[in-house]
Amino acid sequence: METIIQLLDLTVRSAVPLLLACLAGLYSERAGIVDIGLEGKMLGGAFAAGAVAAVTGSAWLGLLAAIAVATMFSLIHGFASITSRGNQIVSGVAINFIAAGLCALLGQAWFSQGGRTPQLPKDARFTEITLPFADAVQNVPLLGPIYSGLISGHNLLAYVAFIMVPVTWWVLFRTRFGLRLRAVGENPAAVDTAGISVAWARYRAVICCGALCGVAGAYLAIGVSAGFVKDMTAGRGFIALAALIFAKWKPVAAMWACLLFGFLGAIEIRYQGVALPIIGQVPVQLMQALPYILTVILLAGFIGKAIPPKAAGRPYVKER
Amino acid sequence: MNNALPRWVDIGLMPLVNVAVAFLISGLVVLFVGESPVEAAQLLVKGAFGSGYNIGFTLFYATTFIFTGLAVAVAFHAGLFNIGGEGQAYIGGLGVGLVVLSLDFALPWYLLFPLAVIGAALFGALWAFIPAYLQATRGSHIVITTIMFNFIASALMVYLLGGPLQKSANLGPRSRDFEVTIPKMDWLMSPFGVDVGSSPLNITFLLALVMAFVVWVLVWRTRLGFEMRTLGLSPRAANYAGMSEVRLVVIAMMISGGLAGMMALNPVMGDQTRLQLDFVEGAGFVGIAVALMGRSHPAGIVPAAILFGALYQGGAELAFDMPNITRDMIILIQGLVILFAGAMEYMFRPAFARLFARQPKAAIAKPEVG
Repeated sequence: METIIQLLDLTVRSAVPLLLACLAGLYSERAGIVDIGLEGKMLGGAFAAGAVAAVTGSAWLGLLAAIAVATMFSLIHGFASITSRGNQIVSGVAINFIAAGLCALLGQAWFSQGGRTPQLPKDARFTEITLPFADAVQNVPLLGPIYSGLISGHNLLAYVAFIMVPVTWWVLFRTRFGLRLRAVGENPAAVDTAGISVAWARYRAVICCGALCGVAGAYLAIGVSAGFVKDMTAGRGFIALAALIFAKWKPVAAMWACLLFGFLGAIEIRYQGVALPIIGQVPVQLMQALPYILTVILLAGFIGKAIPPKAAGRPYVKER
Repeated sequence: MNNALPRWVDIGLMPLVNVAVAFLISGLVVLFVGESPVEAAQLLVKGAFGSGYNIGFTLFYATTFIFTGLAVAVAFHAGLFNIGGEGQAYIGGLGVGLVVLSLDFALPWYLLFPLAVIGAALFGALWAFIPAYLQATRGSHIVITTIMFNFIASALMVYLLGGPLQKSANLGPRSRDFEVTIPKMDWLMSPFGVDVGSSPLNITFLLALVMAFVVWVLVWRTRLGFEMRTLGLSPRAANYAGMSEVRLVVIAMMISGGLAGMMALNPVMGDQTRLQLDFVEGAGFVGIAVALMGRSHPAGIVPAAILFGALYQGGAELAFDMPNITRDMIILIQGLVILFAGAMEYMFRPAFARLFARQPKAAIAKPEVG
């Protein structure tokens, strides 16, 4: 029981940044802006969070900085793909490199610790929150350990991530903003005909995307770790992208996909080199590659079909 | 895209302006970090071309980037975005390694090298085959699948080098040393008065130039190239003309993957003479910048690759002299080049159109890549 709880707890921890980035991508791609720059934006956010929290000593200012920086990157991506009508993939690749280069460069120039930001004290981070009664119910069978060991004891941003799942669903499927956002992703011409600005709707979507990427970055740099480390996102942006496809661009499914990939990550950390029953010892690398392999299989249409928003990747050109 | 632009502006001036903007912003970053951009630029140029040894290194890096740039360009022409050069090059290295490790006791370099070339191209092409096939027949987006394949390649190589191909656990994840090395380029460079010294510049450089020519012939002088370009410009026209999209996508991607795979010859056989981790070092992605800057034409790709070679070599020297400017500066410049020469290429176009306009209002939508 204890091991299962620990494994699930680890799953949640690995899933949170994926989930935030995945929901970020969801806003953007649902509005027709393909975003392979999630990785870079997360990294930029993580660096901003680490740097600002180190200088000001405030986790909240760090979070704000993370959101601001990631949103700025988002706006560059938006400008390139909405206003300049450039290739969204190329722009996303560019964002990843600019973020990776800039973070390492500025990190070294400002803090001279090989691209790291200084180690943060406890009050400059989002530390783990013990939910009320977590200790009291610990001994209740089944539910007790689940509540105190799994649900309680994460930092604020982790709870934000999971709250964002229903919020995103509500925003996308129950508000006018969400309807328009989805509409510009499926049929921008129709939205344009209705007299609504396609560009503005898409810009708002990429801003949402940037903000969530910033939170994801902050979770990494000032949530689970005590500072920014060079290349700390380590491909999570791409796993989030994979999760987004896996979830077929739906918020609740995105949560399950991220938990699945988080679970694979947790197994990889927990059972490194341990022989499993029946299959024997699985190479760590196979576990690392599994999210990607699963996504390729899914994309190939062997486990249901992943159909992206219709206008995804296409700049909208008004008819003249 | 605006047809009004004269050709020399479109293919000559525009990329230069885009790159200039990228460098300008990089200069501002240098200023922001508290160093002098002028001094940094001088150090960079000196580091890249200051001596024969430095030139050797610059061309060594350029060799790598010519291959990956060509790889991206060939796919571009067929309307495909091959972002998987990184993984294809990595697996191409596996091809090189397997050929050399299994035959180097028996064959001299001039027999082994061609086999290694085939091994590299074949493995790279095979790694591109699955994404290509899935894109062509099952409609799975090639950008996403090639990204996924980069990660899968990396995991596979870590597994192989840490296990089956590992020489001994104490030496870390790498194969045994190759018994055969390929010739360096000093014999060719010294008549020009350039002493490349102990730099790793090797005959793969010549192969890269040959491949640049081969790609030019392929894309502009063969039926296959014509079909690929037709597919890239208008899939519907290609379809209407009876060209098989499945066949073209698979072939274009396999050529692209093969070129990316050949990149591995340069570091693996020409420099490290063993198979080890991470020899690709992002070259697959540099290829995107090189192809965009070189306008997907070999005549543009070779100089663009040399420019990036100079950046990598000069950047290393720069990092040595200005500790505040790490090699990450190059990653930033690369990103900016991709942004301005690729994603925002239309940004300056209206201004140029006003300057050089010949037939205004002749606006034709550019085909989409990717």
